[in-house]
Amino acid sequence: MTAFSRREFLQAAGVLIVSYSSASIFEPLAFGQGPFDTHASHVDPRQLDSWIAIAADGTVTAYSGKCELGQGMLTAQSQLVAEELSVPLARVRLIQCDTDLCPDQGTTSGSQSSPVNFNDRNLAQAAATAREALLELAATRLGVPAADLTITDGTITAKSDKTKRATYGELVAGRKFNLPLSTTAKRKTAGEWKVLGTPAKRLDMAAMVTGQLEYVYNVHVPGMLHGRVVRPPRVGATLVNVDETSVSRIPGVVKVVVRKNFVGVVAERQWQAAQAAQQLKAQWSGGGNLPAQDEFYDRLRTMKPSRDAFAVNSRDVDEKLAQAASVIKATYQHPYQAHASIGASCAVADVRDGKATIWSPTQSVYPTRNGVAMLLGLPPESVHVIYTRGSGCYGLNAADAVSYDAALLSHAAGRPVRVQLTREDEFRSESYGYAYVIDQRIGVDREGTIIAWDYEAWWPSLGSRPGYDKPGNIITGFLAGFEPERVTAQAAGEVTAFQNRTNPAPSYVAGCVGDKCAGAGTIRSERVLAHNLPSPFFTGPLRAPNRVQNTFAHESFIDEAAAHVKADPVAYRIRHLRDERLIEVVKQAAKAAGWDSRPSPKPAAGGRASGRGIACVAYSGDNGYVATVADVEVDRASGRVRVKRFVVAHDCGPISNPDGLRNQIEGGTLQGMSRAFGEEVTWDDQHVTSVDWGTYHSLPLGFEVPAVESVLINRAGVPATGAGETAITVVAAAIGNAIFDATGVRIREAPFTPERIKALLAAKTSP
Amino acid sequence: MSTINLTVNGHAHTVDVDPATPLLYVLSDDLQLRGPKFGCGLGQCGACTVLVHGRPVRSCVTQVGMVKGADITTLEGLGSIDKPHPLQQAFIDEQAAQCGFCLSGVILEAKALVDTNPHPTDSDIQRALSGILCRCFVHTRILRAIKRYAREKRA
Repeated sequence: MTAFSRREFLQAAGVLIVSYSSASIFEPLAFGQGPFDTHASHVDPRQLDSWIAIAADGTVTAYSGKCELGQGMLTAQSQLVAEELSVPLARVRLIQCDTDLCPDQGTTSGSQSSPVNFNDRNLAQAAATAREALLELAATRLGVPAADLTITDGTITAKSDKTKRATYGELVAGRKFNLPLSTTAKRKTAGEWKVLGTPAKRLDMAAMVTGQLEYVYNVHVPGMLHGRVVRPPRVGATLVNVDETSVSRIPGVVKVVVRKNFVGVVAERQWQAAQAAQQLKAQWSGGGNLPAQDEFYDRLRTMKPSRDAFAVNSRDVDEKLAQAASVIKATYQHPYQAHASIGASCAVADVRDGKATIWSPTQSVYPTRNGVAMLLGLPPESVHVIYTRGSGCYGLNAADAVSYDAALLSHAAGRPVRVQLTREDEFRSESYGYAYVIDQRIGVDREGTIIAWDYEAWWPSLGSRPGYDKPGNIITGFLAGFEPERVTAQAAGEVTAFQNRTNPAPSYVAGCVGDKCAGAGTIRSERVLAHNLPSPFFTGPLRAPNRVQNTFAHESFIDEAAAHVKADPVAYRIRHLRDERLIEVVKQAAKAAGWDSRPSPKPAAGGRASGRGIACVAYSGDNGYVATVADVEVDRASGRVRVKRFVVAHDCGPISNPDGLRNQIEGGTLQGMSRAFGEEVTWDDQHVTSVDWGTYHSLPLGFEVPAVESVLINRAGVPATGAGETAITVVAAAIGNAIFDATGVRIREAPFTPERIKALLAAKTSP
Repeated sequence: MSTINLTVNGHAHTVDVDPATPLLYVLSDDLQLRGPKFGCGLGQCGACTVLVHGRPVRSCVTQVGMVKGADITTLEGLGSIDKPHPLQQAFIDEQAAQCGFCLSGVILEAKALVDTNPHPTDSDIQRALSGILCRCFVHTRILRAIKRYAREKRA
């Protein structure tokens, strides 16, 4: 950062920059209103200088509290700044997620999944504020009205006299703006975009493919030691004692660290630390006693305490179901799944002299700063968290936990420590995506129209993101003595407004509360009740949290209803929808896929059956729209399913970078396929048993990769919505529906293993 | 501890380490290379892949003592940001990465494949990459990039 004193600010230099009306940023930007809003910190988000700096050479430095997680944010945000300031992309330097430099924008979640993640109001508004301020400056300096000025590549020119010109560098010369952010500075519309909206290549791609990019694994601090952790051998076990002599013969071991139930080792070299962690003798008591996995879904129904909530309740569902011409019901089950990042998590900490610096792959630098401060008993302002790239996280993997691990070990060792988790550490104690059991009932009238939809779900949770004050929400904080958020009993209260953020309500219900209906569909008799229960394992957001599970159930069940009344699945969906954008993606996907309009299942074929299925969702109710058609082949003998093609129609409003969007759609779709076919956390009575890539089943690169065809619907006149979690949300249902179309068997439990499909096929053919 | 000589990306190095140390730790901690990465430490995912005498090896389960004097190539040994290897250029052209963590395994296995088989079929590529994970699932682009490279190399 430039180190100018106050009197060198532009304003103090006697230049009247711009005067703002009462529409300042102060009021609308109330702090901490929601998880994605900015929070107060020493980097004041209300000040333009917290976001944008212009150097004497015209380079634009932008500061963002949203980080590149592999989803393309670095490039898209740089495009955004380049666009608003009318400079070439190459002249933008983006600094992301450093608590010394960047505003506090909470958590970067959902791979561009939220408009505020994409700085709809913050960084973009700052760039627009800066552009207007620069125009005012130029008007004063060039002696022409601002309306006469035009900007090209960071040079402002008078339209009436092209000799009157000034570059950004000349106008600002490295000084600060000393201006508040303006809410009225005019953003460019999508129709005006020249840099945004183009398929700009990823700015970090060349560094990644040539092995030059620095990841947190590559941070080297002088004097740095290596740490490993020793987690309890059973879920919930507590430490009795540690025999330090068990590792004293290993050369290079510096320290064995114990903090309540947190145990770790520190050594001069990584190999020494790895050996010490493996050989350390520790005695643990209690723990284990886990519920049997094969009875777990059933046990959830009676588990206590239960925190219950209606998303909507028209109070006439039982009555309407009783009046229905026919009623169908089904139960859907979804397992715990892991983030299963390809790299076991790593972080580096340097805790010395009452100060801490953490190089962390966290999605939440400021909350991590607070969590580390609480763990170490330091004031938050003594902790500096620098986001450093990890492997793709897809949500709350062990990035936060390993940051705490490194902080604790460095604090104890008094030297910088790099901590590398093992694959088993990561798989055993990350914060899994939620398991779900979902019961549904649909009543149809004589014409086959749905007249009532009933949904009841049970899902366990423990902890979540630590936020600013709950380090116990993840394993390390918990082991070190902090309490996690636990489910407490709560009866379902009155619904005051329909909100479908986690998609508990199917797209086909009207979502009416009082006389206001906010659902995407038409079904007026609707009841959506979820029971949140205690989990034996830590849980947390995993890409499209809750929505993947709910959408698997809803979109499979609407297909069951269509089959029940012998209706075409596409036409039947549209018949019950009223959200135009959702209807449009369904139509576009069907059209692009050459949808064969007829009821499912397809008339029986030979040993290798083929079929097609569709699923759609209005993600989080209104944060992105997607419909996917899957074409599959099922080998009846083996139960193996081959997906031949996905066609995805996608609407996220104005598209910032179409190639980046396609990359997200393709990756999300195939990740959804992996989750549908193989991924499941397993356990015995003591501990999680899916601990490596032999026991946790991700699709490798060597499978027959289906084509993923994306149909992008680009809407200029609406706000941008999410795009990172939309595509994955519908995949399991689209595949399950295609399997039904091909074979007539309905798979209601993920993952869709060959054994499960074979058993269903066998049950269908046996009398 | 013992003294071990290695040639990495054409440069000679001498390290003084326990010969049982995984090669990956020497490459990333001692030589401070960024290409090979710790994924699983079990030889299951491919993120740590390097070429030893031109053949792909999982450096996380290869003891450094076993590759004394070997000629080792890491991802950064193929090309640079300014002058990427044609295979790396194909990945740039196809924008075939998200987090980029899998690329040592993907690119080096692909290079070894195309070096020995200039006309790889889809199933040849699948077989070569069967031990490699990409958890961002950039599969469609990765396959396109490898085929593009093979095509351009033949031309």
